[in-house]
Amino acid sequence: MKKMIARDLVIVGGGPAGLAAALTAYEAGVKDILLLERDQYLGGILNQCIHPGFGLQYFKEELTGPQYAERFIEKIMGIKEIEISLKSLVVHLTKKKELTYIKPGTMQTVAAKTLIMGTGCRERTREMIRIPGTRPAGIFPAGLAQKLINIEGLLPGREVVIIGSGDIGLIMARRFTLEGAHVKAVIEIQKESRGLIRNVAQCLDDFNLPLYLQHKILKIHGKDRVEKVTVAEVDDEFQEISGTRFELACDTVLVSVGLIPENELIEMAGVVMDEKTNTPESGELNTTSIPGLWVCGNAYKIYDVVDGVTRDSAQAGKLAAEYLRNLP
Amino acid sequence: MIKKITCIACPQGCPLTVEIEQGRVSKVGGNKCPKGEEYAKQEIENPQRILTSAILTQGLHLKMAPVRTNKPIPKNKIFAAMSEIKKLRLDRPVRVEEVIIEDFMKLGVDLIATRTVE
Ligand SMILES: Cc1cc2nc3c(=O)[nH]c(=O)nc-3n(C[C@H](O)[C@H](O)[C@H](O)COP(=O)(O)OP(=O)(O)OC[C@H]3O[C@@H](n4cnc5c(N)ncnc54)[C@H](O)[C@@H]3O)c2cc1C
Ligand code: SF4
Repeated sequence: MKKMIARDLVIVGGGPAGLAAALTAYEAGVKDILLLERDQYLGGILNQCIHPGFGLQYFKEELTGPQYAERFIEKIMGIKEIEISLKSLVVHLTKKKELTYIKPGTMQTVAAKTLIMGTGCRERTREMIRIPGTRPAGIFPAGLAQKLINIEGLLPGREVVIIGSGDIGLIMARRFTLEGAHVKAVIEIQKESRGLIRNVAQCLDDFNLPLYLQHKILKIHGKDRVEKVTVAEVDDEFQEISGTRFELACDTVLVSVGLIPENELIEMAGVVMDEKTNTPESGELNTTSIPGLWVCGNAYKIYDVVDGVTRDSAQAGKLAAEYLRNLP
Repeated sequence: MIKKITCIACPQGCPLTVEIEQGRVSKVGGNKCPKGEEYAKQEIENPQRILTSAILTQGLHLKMAPVRTNKPIPKNKIFAAMSEIKKLRLDRPVRVEEVIIEDFMKLGVDLIATRTVE
């Protein structure tokens, strides 16, 4: 391991949160910034969100995810004081804000005077909601399916049932349909869709895709590949109503049951966490129990629209700049 | 005739009540802003959507290049447009918002890149 390098501000995550924080910190006077991103590109989750629906508040026009991201990436690339390190996966963090990251071929440690975490969130997986049945191929978190289609150019299935009506599930119902797949149903256990109502309108209604509210998947069947699912209506206590069972043949099940903030690193550093939401316990926006360690974007709380991430994460940049000014 | 639709012009998703006389919108209610009225008229008289997708590339650093129509296209042209998009291969670098196909399918809209692909 090399000697530890000290930096004024280190930012982990090159999604909209990290990008906004870096830009505002720079504008507020921080001139030594290191931004670490594990992926090969900046932009975070926006790169796979190729649908429109971004920037209505911030740019007053409807952009796709990659367009929205690129407006910030272009700005950042022009600022030499912001050092961008891609393919840099942060694996360790201490209370003293010392970070260890792996970059192909090397492992580096840096000491941050102040640190902003914009590590985003990950999808809840099937295991977390425990659907009974076999474990055949063909079950995907909806966001992973989005990445396969939009980034890798692979269509993961042709006959699709979607569990959960969050925005990602709705967006993917339309995406699969446009690609020529047959979306059999979106199954939602609640009385209402969990996603934005406009997504129900433009992703399901536009294509006459059925949304089954107050329904749940009882079982996923299939040996090697998903073959069918058993569905039933539920009452207000989410219990099966007898006599309502039916089966849907399908080769693919997408699970879209929510997102959880990705915060293992700050937990490792000893930040006091709210275990229910997997977010830092926090008084004011972006603050944590460790002074000078800020969390922003989807790691701080799950945002519906990216414009809010940009606005709030800019605040983290300002806080970090102020913290540095007040250091002895 | 009265029709209930959801305004999709912004994330608010206002429930609109639209009065229609002989295929034309005569009155719109439920909209929180003027864009809602515009949307209702468009939706009833000539529904349109922005289409986004991704096209395969050749010899570029990303496998897929995300694209969109720069303006909405008629709803009933969406699947035809998708089959056209599937036939396309991008073999030259593009900048974000650069036109890939002008006057796409003679619909009066351009197909543009939504990410810089080198
Ligand atoms: C599938 C999906 C669809 C959405 N659709 C819409 C929409 O239509 N409209 C809208 O406004 N919003 C939408 N959103 C919400 C919006 O995109 C997110 O709120 C926003 O992108 C969150 O930004 P972020 O920077 O916090 O997280 P992310 O974009 O997830 O960025 C986090 C970054 O941190 C990096 N990272 C994480 N851990 C490490 C580590 N240990 N080391 C180094 N780097 C790390 C990741 O690689 C990633 O690049 C959608 C979100 C999702 C997930
Ligand atoms: S009427 Fe206005 S506020 Fe309501 S959804 Fe439409 S654009 Fe948004």
